[in-house]
Amino acid sequence: MDQGLIHTVLDIISWILLTTGAFFVLVGGVGALRMPNLYTRMHAASVTDTMGAALVLGGIMVQAGLTLATIKLAAILLFLLITSPTSSYALAHAALLAGIKPDAGRAADEEHHE
Amino acid sequence: MTVLFGIFLLTLLVITAVAIVRTQNLFVAVMLLGIFSLLIALNFFILDAADVALTEAAVGAGISTVLFLGALALTSERERFVTKHRALSVAVVVCATLVVLYATFDKPAFGDPNAPVHQHVAPWYLEYEPEYIDIPNVVTAVLGSFRGYDTLGEVFVVFTAGIGVLFLLSARPGRKTSRRQSENDESAIGLRENLIPRVVARLLVPFILLFGLYVQFHGEYGPGGGFQAGALIAAAFILYALVEGEARTLEVLPRNALIALTAAGALLYGGVGLTGILLGSEFLDYSVLAADPVSGQQMGIILIEAGVGMTVTGVLLLIFHAFAARDQV
Amino acid sequence: MYYVVTIATLITMALALIRALIGPTVYDRVLTVNMFGTKTVLLLSVIAFLAGRPDFLDLALAYALINFIGVLAVLEFFKSREIRRQQERDVEQESTRGKTG
Repeated sequence: MDQGLIHTVLDIISWILLTTGAFFVLVGGVGALRMPNLYTRMHAASVTDTMGAALVLGGIMVQAGLTLATIKLAAILLFLLITSPTSSYALAHAALLAGIKPDAGRAADEEHHE
Repeated sequence: MTVLFGIFLLTLLVITAVAIVRTQNLFVAVMLLGIFSLLIALNFFILDAADVALTEAAVGAGISTVLFLGALALTSERERFVTKHRALSVAVVVCATLVVLYATFDKPAFGDPNAPVHQHVAPWYLEYEPEYIDIPNVVTAVLGSFRGYDTLGEVFVVFTAGIGVLFLLSARPGRKTSRRQSENDESAIGLRENLIPRVVARLLVPFILLFGLYVQFHGEYGPGGGFQAGALIAAAFILYALVEGEARTLEVLPRNALIALTAAGALLYGGVGLTGILLGSEFLDYSVLAADPVSGQQMGIILIEAGVGMTVTGVLLLIFHAFAARDQV
Repeated sequence: MYYVVTIATLITMALALIRALIGPTVYDRVLTVNMFGTKTVLLLSVIAFLAGRPDFLDLALAYALINFIGVLAVLEFFKSREIRRQQERDVEQESTRGKTG
């Protein structure tokens, strides 16, 4: 009875984490497609990337319990947390140096150094 | 469900392939090739072929992109549109496509247990592998021991490719000193002035190297092995070269050491084979390497995987340095 | 339960691919390749866990690494191209100044 209750609670927690993660991932995809400007797209893609990945991997970790898989998932999560924001920063820095201006709206979305 | 995912990914693959062929800007084609490689690797993964998926990701999405970009930096970015002999090319392509499509009608159904590939040698390998070699990853057992001769050929092909690239693209030795002088006024070699990627990359390089070594030695128990580990270790050094500049990477691991590493890997493989002959048995027979045939096989597989890893690392880094060392054509 | 995540990730991959195909600047395309890589890592982790094979998580870690290195390589390429163009522009300016002066 006690085991069953803990199992159910863990299932509910991982279900919540996975669904929220899936929602963030989807929002990121839609944002990358529909945002008007390069920088807004970058914002949508990078923030939701890390958040969605953290939630999804957290959900799987809760399901996996205390096994080797959890340690590997924790390593993947740690790695994504460190490198995904760095890639977005490097990308934004490069775009700014190339001269693409962070204007709001579609004004800045021209073919630049294609 | 697997079939649905597979069909979806393959559709994305076709769209990407059409876009790669149709675009005129070669840089866009390189980016799309990265996506292509990731999609194919996912497909391999869904079909339960993990070793191939790992190799495809490591070599295709990572190293190939870097090498293509290095080549693009030396040549132009736009494809030159050739208009001669168009009718002939189209006719040849259409004929080849029709022949291939006709040939696919004869193929067995997907997952058919009576397909020829499941009949002859594969069930024997699967059944007798625990008796002869006894390692959990059957792919490495087949690659390393049952088909060791083929893998010897593969290693020598990689080695020859490295030699070929060195012949075509080797930098002139006088450039080394001039490059060190120009390092100070070219203030942005590598991502030097960019602090955050530099710090993060320097933090990560030891862990990537450690992960590469893990994949190398873990190849007997899970997906991994020499080819994947070689690509990962080369990727670690390429990351270091990206943030610190290519000259410092050559100080860390000079070109002579890379050439020695490449040759030593191929020699190790051939040497293990010859040791079989010297100990009284056939070429590439690992059973005689230790007292017990099964341990001999396992030791042989460890040694040849190490040889494969060394050669692949050396060749990939040599090709990278050959591209990166040339400023202009 | 996992199918929701898998389907969401696949749809996002398709959307990212569309942006990679139509994105006007090259930075859009680099952005989507980065996003594609992270989604691949997620998909791999979920499918590896679904199939009950924790060894396959090594693949996800390797993909995450390769994705990072690929994006940094692309940006380094851009930077060196910018520098070269800037140098060419400086050389041209100096030569025209030399001609008029």
